[in-house]
Amino acid sequence: MHDTLTLYFRLIGASVRGQMEYRASFWMMTVGHFLTTVIEFLGVWALFARFRSLQGWSLPEVALFYGTVHAAFALAEGIGRGFDVFGNLVKSGDFDRYLLRPHGTAFQVAAQELQLMRVGRLAQALIVLFWAAGALHVAWTLPKALLLLATVLGGACLFYGLFVLQATMAFWTVESLEIMNALTYGGTETGQFPLTIYRGWFRTVFIILVPLAFVGHFPLHAILDRPDPLGSTPLVQWLAPLVGPVFLLLSFQVWRLGERRYRSTGS
Amino acid sequence: MKPYLAILGARFRTLLQYRAAAAAGIGTRIFWGLIRVMIFEAFYRSSPEAQPMTLPQTVTYVWLGQAMLASILWGIDRDVSQMVRTGTVAYELLRPVDLYGLWFSRALAARVAPTVAQAGPVLLFAAVFFHFGPPPSPAAALAWLGATALGFLLSAALSTLVTVSLLWTVSGEGIARLMPALVYTLSGMIVPLPLLPPAMRGVIAALPFAGLIDVPFRIYLGHIGPAEALGPMAGQAAWVLALALWGRWLLGRGLGRLAVQGG
Repeated sequence: MHDTLTLYFRLIGASVRGQMEYRASFWMMTVGHFLTTVIEFLGVWALFARFRSLQGWSLPEVALFYGTVHAAFALAEGIGRGFDVFGNLVKSGDFDRYLLRPHGTAFQVAAQELQLMRVGRLAQALIVLFWAAGALHVAWTLPKALLLLATVLGGACLFYGLFVLQATMAFWTVESLEIMNALTYGGTETGQFPLTIYRGWFRTVFIILVPLAFVGHFPLHAILDRPDPLGSTPLVQWLAPLVGPVFLLLSFQVWRLGERRYRSTGS
Repeated sequence: MKPYLAILGARFRTLLQYRAAAAAGIGTRIFWGLIRVMIFEAFYRSSPEAQPMTLPQTVTYVWLGQAMLASILWGIDRDVSQMVRTGTVAYELLRPVDLYGLWFSRALAARVAPTVAQAGPVLLFAAVFFHFGPPPSPAAALAWLGATALGFLLSAALSTLVTVSLLWTVSGEGIARLMPALVYTLSGMIVPLPLLPPAMRGVIAALPFAGLIDVPFRIYLGHIGPAEALGPMAGQAAWVLALALWGRWLLGRGLGRLAVQGG
């Protein structure tokens, strides 16, 4: 286990150093990511400028949802990059080589790349998050701050799990299909707002199928001290972020199943 | 005209080879449309005030946006980007067609082909589940078709301009990152332009992006009547012309200073 971790950090270190060789390019991409997400947030702000409130929610409250889900997504996107582009490995047949090496395949894909420029998105999400935390009338306590941190990390696990599942699909379809974007990018879009604004069947998708509610909606209600119309109790709200790591572990189990189905494209 | 039509045809055939990807694209559009429609429904429920657009109009605008998304979904032209990096862009100069015309029609084909493939199913879904209906009058339908065609030309002119700029930036990654978010927001894809705050609308009025989808969509809705449509459509045409001339001039300058590394 210790060796595996050492190796992981060595490989990631190499990836990071490689990216920093092209320093100008790195900064341009990072600033690009930052500005992109700033423009996206302008969209949310513009809607509040016009409609004033969203079913009783204010802009700082929604900004807390927004910052949480985007910070989680940026973390997962940066660390889970290897799984995001995994389809190319299957298509080119290069995955064969991974099977020959003395380490698990999931480990090798995970250690392949850490995409540093995603800190642009992360920075923007954190700025929104800190602004919201200050603008809200919330009595911040240590447990609440830790719950917020756990929510972000749990969310990162959930999105990482979705990237693993997306990669796993490539074992069957060879091409990684755009449809998973509906759950990853669609998930971030959905998670920007409290789940109660959506229709019932749609809420069910993001509570049960993709348990996004557990790393956003439920714990954030505990932080904001609001009664949840969906009926979650404080106990559920405080334990909810654990669903993220559980989802990730299950995703890796599905990966193992998929791996057994792998047939090389031979090219 | 013939080589340009051939490019369009080739693009369609390529697209048909990847049917699973096309179907996945349609699924994603529909899912995205559902999220956006529900968000707008919630906002409209929250405010009793009259808005510049009614909720049904906004819903139609969102579905048109998902149907036409591929028409403005442009990163940089990967082929040209690679040609510039490897130097094979020199071969492009040998082709017996006008280079700007070639790049422009390739950009146009890359916008039109996927849009035509996706729009039908997305709008059918919207018609079945969200009361998506036809334009209010035949005149509006006609004006909408014209404005949509101009929107495609505008999109192609803009993306060709970005492609030409690759001759200077080589990798073009910074522009490629920034362009989509900028275009989405300023064109009305994220929030319909009439719903934006007045200050932002002022900025947008001075830019070409409203001509991409906002003008045709509002003609479709009857938000711009067929009689008033001529002004905005002339604006679209003027931008197409200006951007095409700018792109052509820039291409001429870029080729003048083009240095191809041997090998």
